[in-house]
Amino acid sequence: MGLASSAIVQTVLLGAALLGAISGMLGAFAVLRRQSLLGDALSHAALPGVCLGFLIAGGRNLGAVMLGAFVTGALAALCMMLIIRRTQLKTDAALGIVLSVFFAVGVVLVTVIQGQGGAGSLGLMTFLFGQAAAIQPADLWIMGGVGLVALGLVLALWKEFKLVSFDPDFARAQGFRVTLLEAVLTVMVALAIVVGLQLVGVVLMVALLIAPAAAARQWTRSLGAMVGLSALIGAGAGAAGALISATTRGLATGPVVVLVATVVVILSLLLAPGRGLVWQAMAARRARARISDGRVLAALQSVARDHDDPAHRVARGVLATALGAMPAPARLAALERRGLIRTAHQPPDPSPHWELTEAGHAEARALSGAPAEPSR
Amino acid sequence: MIAEVFASIPAMIVLTGVLTGSSAAILGTFLVLRGNAMLTDAISHSIVFGIITVWLLTGQSSGPVQVLGAALTGVLTVVLTEALARSRLVKMDAAIGLVFPALFAAGVILISIHARNVHIDVDTVLLGEIGFVWLTTWQLAGVAVPVAVVTLGVVLVVNLGFVMLFWKELKLASFDPGLAAALGFLPGVLHYAVLTLTSVTAVAAFDAVGAILFIAFVIVPPATAYLLTRRLWLMLVLAVALSIAACGLGYVLALRWNVSIGGMMASMTGVWFALALFFAPGRGVVAQAMQRRVMRLDHDCRALVAHLFTHAGTPAMAEENTLRALVSHLRWSEPRARAVVLRAHDRGLIARDGGLLVLQPKGRAEAEAIFGR
Repeated sequence: MGLASSAIVQTVLLGAALLGAISGMLGAFAVLRRQSLLGDALSHAALPGVCLGFLIAGGRNLGAVMLGAFVTGALAALCMMLIIRRTQLKTDAALGIVLSVFFAVGVVLVTVIQGQGGAGSLGLMTFLFGQAAAIQPADLWIMGGVGLVALGLVLALWKEFKLVSFDPDFARAQGFRVTLLEAVLTVMVALAIVVGLQLVGVVLMVALLIAPAAAARQWTRSLGAMVGLSALIGAGAGAAGALISATTRGLATGPVVVLVATVVVILSLLLAPGRGLVWQAMAARRARARISDGRVLAALQSVARDHDDPAHRVARGVLATALGAMPAPARLAALERRGLIRTAHQPPDPSPHWELTEAGHAEARALSGAPAEPSR
Repeated sequence: MIAEVFASIPAMIVLTGVLTGSSAAILGTFLVLRGNAMLTDAISHSIVFGIITVWLLTGQSSGPVQVLGAALTGVLTVVLTEALARSRLVKMDAAIGLVFPALFAAGVILISIHARNVHIDVDTVLLGEIGFVWLTTWQLAGVAVPVAVVTLGVVLVVNLGFVMLFWKELKLASFDPGLAAALGFLPGVLHYAVLTLTSVTAVAAFDAVGAILFIAFVIVPPATAYLLTRRLWLMLVLAVALSIAACGLGYVLALRWNVSIGGMMASMTGVWFALALFFAPGRGVVAQAMQRRVMRLDHDCRALVAHLFTHAGTPAMAEENTLRALVSHLRWSEPRARAVVLRAHDRGLIARDGGLLVLQPKGRAEAEAIFGR
């Protein structure tokens, strides 16, 4: 291999990034429309299509495989619609039925192909868990073409997709063909799956669809930014996964890509500004501190009022009784730093006392909602 | 005699399938009714992680430690998913789709890394190897019984015992969780108990049918039974019977066509479902279409008797009350007009008098009812 491998690595990296970007972009709509598990069902349902592609083309031909996967994916979507409309089974049962039965038929077809043996079965297993290293330079053209079609559709129908994703009832009232648009969006999910099969395989495809979109959602509230970011994360996860799996022997690409994307999701869930769990925890901590500081100031002021002496020094025990418990020393130190309270001593008592400063009185009044009164 | 049965390879393969199918269908009945079917999807994928982790930690590839340990991962998946959904950072469907692929991917990577010394390979995860269950056996009372049959047999007994013991509670929690909670039956605890048993069953069935075909055994037979009956006990019995039939027929067809046995068994459950979907008495797609056709015909019959009644005894009667008028005046197509006349004739609403359509007493009564006389 040697130097020649660099061209192969480039092809694989480019292909993986392209696939990740397309899946990420289209996955954003699936997540917003709560159709994540539809992606799971359709991707499992792609297996018989992949096998049919192999059987008809007599070997690994990406065009035939993608077409086959698309056809059985669409068939699965139709079956789901039939089950949901014509029976009283719930949506989740319909998803499970379509997913498992199509996959079972796929498993049967896998053994049919393996039974034939020879070149026909080569590369079939790479579609189960994905193998980016199997991407051929010629495949890039097909992927690029599908990607362009998807991008064109998203750009051309941007306004419609946005409306249908967030408020289908309003869209219907405005006279948009909502059913048609929903069908187009479902077709796009199938398209994303077909494109991503090569990278992550039928079993884990759902993660490449959902994870980038779920991560992107944490960072932004605008659809454009979310779709763009989701495509970026998908591309990054795809390229990273392809690189890791290509350099490690016997490691399928799909699981690696999924783990990379999962790490991005976990980081996003924790760290995203304003929304992430760490941010939520910090905001809750700040709120608790503000309330506890306010209670200290109010307690000091109330004791001072009772003694009719704004500069009254409050003993430790008195403060603890007024608050029900002694506030944390760190909170008292913080209040002192802000110049709201002052430590003082009341001889002959050696224990520390606290008094409100001018600023502390003003702050306590402001917190209690009373109008600013002239100092006595 | 008994030893012969357990030494017969086909009998053992079918028995393994039947035990898997029955254990799964018993629990699946309640999962399908509660609308939790897709949690099975999550559980059965993520136990792969549990199976390989337990193997790496303890070196056990079967037995109670392995089954219970790996089943914990399934429960963990559900707990994680529900916690993630409760954080409201992502919706429930996305939470399911985030948690189980991560665990599954981790499991597959661990299997790949330890490929040389692990007892399962990546293909087994997907396809199962029910054809080889007879290879590993335990000696029970001097008889060599396949391990899978013993494990699945125990699981079936546990599942059956659980369902029989908590029948009333499960029934209530499936149809009215609110009332179950109000009466103090803890539907949440019951929900987790069912999911835990599902995990255990998935682990026990893993070697036979793999991670994904198991979903078919849990969801499809109960869903099929649901199309056929509205009685809970009958639904459960039907679901078990359907999966037993799927295993038997699936095995025969798989041998004939030389394809995956587990895949064929699972495909057969799909065939039963398709048959029920189309031909279920009263509720199938075909029955629905026939009901709609009859309703349309009867509606047309009402229009017909109203038409005949309006023109009966008027000078235009000879022209209006004919088959031709239905086509030209009511703008019905020729086949539709013929079908309506036939139907009305069969129901004794009208009679033919030469070319003329004449109302019978029954038809006259219906027309008078329409016009409120």
